[in-house]
Amino acid sequence: MTTTVQLSEDVLALSTRRSYIEMNARARAAQLLDAGAFRELLGPFDRVESPWLPMQGIVPQWDDGCVVAKGTIDGVPAVAIALEGKFQGGSIGEVCGMKMAIALALARQDCERGIPTRAVLSLESGGVRLQEANIGELVIAEIYAELIALRKYVPVIVVIAGMTGCFGGMSLAAGLASYVVMTRQARLSMNGPEVIEQEAGIEELDARDRPLIWSICGGAQRHATGLADMLVEDDVAEIAHAVRTLFKRGQPARLRSDAHDLYIERLGRLDPAQEWTADQIRAVCKEQMP
Amino acid sequence: MSRGRIWFEALSGSSGRQSDGPGSLLLAEATLGGERVSYVALAPDAQARFPRARGGEVGVEEGWYGARTIRRIIDADGDSTKRPIVTIVDAKSQAYGQREELVGIHLAAAALISAYAEARVAGHPVIALIVGRAVSASFLVLCGQANRVLAFDDEQVLVHAMYKDAAARITRRTVEELDTLGATIVPMAYDIQSFDKLGGLYRLLQVASPDEPNVGTVEQVKLAVIDAIADARRGPRDLSSRLESEGAKQYRKASLIVRTKMAEQWTAQ
Repeated sequence: MTTTVQLSEDVLALSTRRSYIEMNARARAAQLLDAGAFRELLGPFDRVESPWLPMQGIVPQWDDGCVVAKGTIDGVPAVAIALEGKFQGGSIGEVCGMKMAIALALARQDCERGIPTRAVLSLESGGVRLQEANIGELVIAEIYAELIALRKYVPVIVVIAGMTGCFGGMSLAAGLASYVVMTRQARLSMNGPEVIEQEAGIEELDARDRPLIWSICGGAQRHATGLADMLVEDDVAEIAHAVRTLFKRGQPARLRSDAHDLYIERLGRLDPAQEWTADQIRAVCKEQMP
Repeated sequence: MSRGRIWFEALSGSSGRQSDGPGSLLLAEATLGGERVSYVALAPDAQARFPRARGGEVGVEEGWYGARTIRRIIDADGDSTKRPIVTIVDAKSQAYGQREELVGIHLAAAALISAYAEARVAGHPVIALIVGRAVSASFLVLCGQANRVLAFDDEQVLVHAMYKDAAARITRRTVEELDTLGATIVPMAYDIQSFDKLGGLYRLLQVASPDEPNVGTVEQVKLAVIDAIADARRGPRDLSSRLESEGAKQYRKASLIVRTKMAEQWTAQ
């Protein structure tokens, strides 16, 4: 006796999917660029590592947790920058941060010379690296300055896939981006839940309540409330396609970071004396943008 | 009264109160060195709408209204002389709260950073004067995009990624261990002299009795700000003065190596 099993479309889709989340930073950067176009700059064989970590008995990494690769996206010159969440939590130290800032600066210089160069950033980061604290702060400020200068010429796209999430200084970089792409697994938040619980108490936020955390800063909520432009599955092809779609779209009508009137009006519709829920925020956003 | 508010009032001669927006956001116009200058500051506001932003933190209202304030200055000056924007910095940190995250404090902070950077690029001398705390995002937001950063050489002046007790917990060290590390690892130190070594400051100012400004010290600080404005106007409209500094040559060698090697490899085929 034979039984015929009908697989649903969803199950079939899952079986052909290739996870982006499970990839390391180098593989992610390669997937964001056109096939065969990947050329890493200041790669591990150049051995430019953190000078500060070994002084503290911490093993450095030859790429300092940041992969920068030149290539093309849909045939247009591009640079892909990917942070490795598994090295020091994707934290921004001197070398990895400078790699980001200089890559963005070089892309802008090419734009100024008439060679439009796209930039896509795959961010997994807990924020500034506390072992390099104040240099990290200075370098992050330089990343912002270069990101702001580059986005005038070409869209700068931030991809947040998970599972580290995008926190601290890098959440602000996402705020400065022309477009943000997220998966449901990803989180985008300025202060990590543990930091909020520590600073403001467990009544403010219970950092162990994972459903609550994702309802606040997970990809679905960020997309529903206009803080991310595209919500994608954890699939290499889908993420690469989303990035290409957004580059094709060109510059956004208005940068999210320029929309003070919209957000000031939103703050006016909400009462901070009350508790807020994720659904309420979605409702207010809908009211504003029917 | 917070040190930030004290110095805002001493320099601008105004309370800085605005008709709308959060009470924590101070703004005033004043004459300095024969030209019109905008003074900006954040200060604690016990009546703030957002409970987590009552102690002088960078919260969502501070970010969005601050961005609007800076953009209005840019728009008002248009093609005429770009007035200097002087931010008096004494801000504890960013606001830590669930509501803040729900409504996107990362974007509110980015908006103010963006506005400061656009002002600098448009030709406004953007000056940060650190009289107190500039920790974590309050440094990034209020000082990060400034052409020139000045700071008081004083024990209460603090620039850092995180307060010592929190940093100790997260890196699983004791406060004593952090102090020991800070003595040899300059970017981890908590004193402003160490921050100055990294090339992040234009000048470190020795100001007598920084909690009680008098005619003499106010004049001294004003002259320092006038000098910083003039120097900003002479230089490029970017942050390169930091990496070009003597301090960076000594303490940011790795940054300079990255800059050189990346540029070489970028153009190589």
